[in-house]
Amino acid sequence: MTNNLLFDFTVDKAAKTVFITREFDADQSLVWDAFTKAEILDQWNAPAPFTARTKYMNFEVGGKRFYAMVSPEGLERWIIQEYTSITPKTNFKLFNAFADDNETPQLPGSDWNYTFSEQNGITKVSISIYNESLERLEKMIELGFKEGYTVSLNQLENILSTLNK
Amino acid sequence: METRRDVFQAIADPTRRAILLLLAAQAMTPNAIAEEFHTSRQAVSKHIQILAECEIVRQEQKGREIYYRVNATKMKEIDKWIEQFKSILETQFNQLDKVLLTLKKQKK
Repeated sequence: MTNNLLFDFTVDKAAKTVFITREFDADQSLVWDAFTKAEILDQWNAPAPFTARTKYMNFEVGGKRFYAMVSPEGLERWIIQEYTSITPKTNFKLFNAFADDNETPQLPGSDWNYTFSEQNGITKVSISIYNESLERLEKMIELGFKEGYTVSLNQLENILSTLNK
Repeated sequence: METRRDVFQAIADPTRRAILLLLAAQAMTPNAIAEEFHTSRQAVSKHIQILAECEIVRQEQKGREIYYRVNATKMKEIDKWIEQFKSILETQFNQLDKVLLTLKKQKK
């Protein structure tokens, strides 16, 4: 697959914010579903070889998603998200924090803001992540995704190209 | 006040960024740093202390004087974390591409 889809990643360290823009080859309503429905999120929302497993998700303002990133060995790392704002199909915001298995958040967390727009059948998703502290970002990375990452990324690209032939 | 070990915190302040720029060029004593600013010596010293707690600057004893210099390793660490975070997201989004493809096929 020739992937001409945009992936833009910038960090404003002073503003403690990460900006991400990614295009997807699908219409806006499908991409919106992929970010807002547990059954689809669980198919992609943890980086391989980890898998995502949603315990519950109430996609409404004030509602929460409680899910785990599960390692190949079966270790669970829980994350709790609270939806703070939703404009159907175009924008939603959430507060994200690591948690214990009793849903108690470990602060500080981070604020995620997702914006969706479509042009010619390509949907652009713009995400900004405000981190109260770098320690949190560090923790996100420490989840176990270390050098193995680049390898699995390359493997995935291979799978994708096979699938598209 | 709680100990700050957050590098984002360290560089969020304009005075601290200015101090880092100064120190990037050369190691300096606290007095020499303070002379570059209009604020009080105490205020500057507080900023240096925060930078030191974040380990983004390091102390060096030269004779009687203490010099501060930028800890390049710590600066690189930040970039490394960010790079890894980018790679995590990239992996997830590539997975999403695949999921979207499957969903589109199911719709047809």
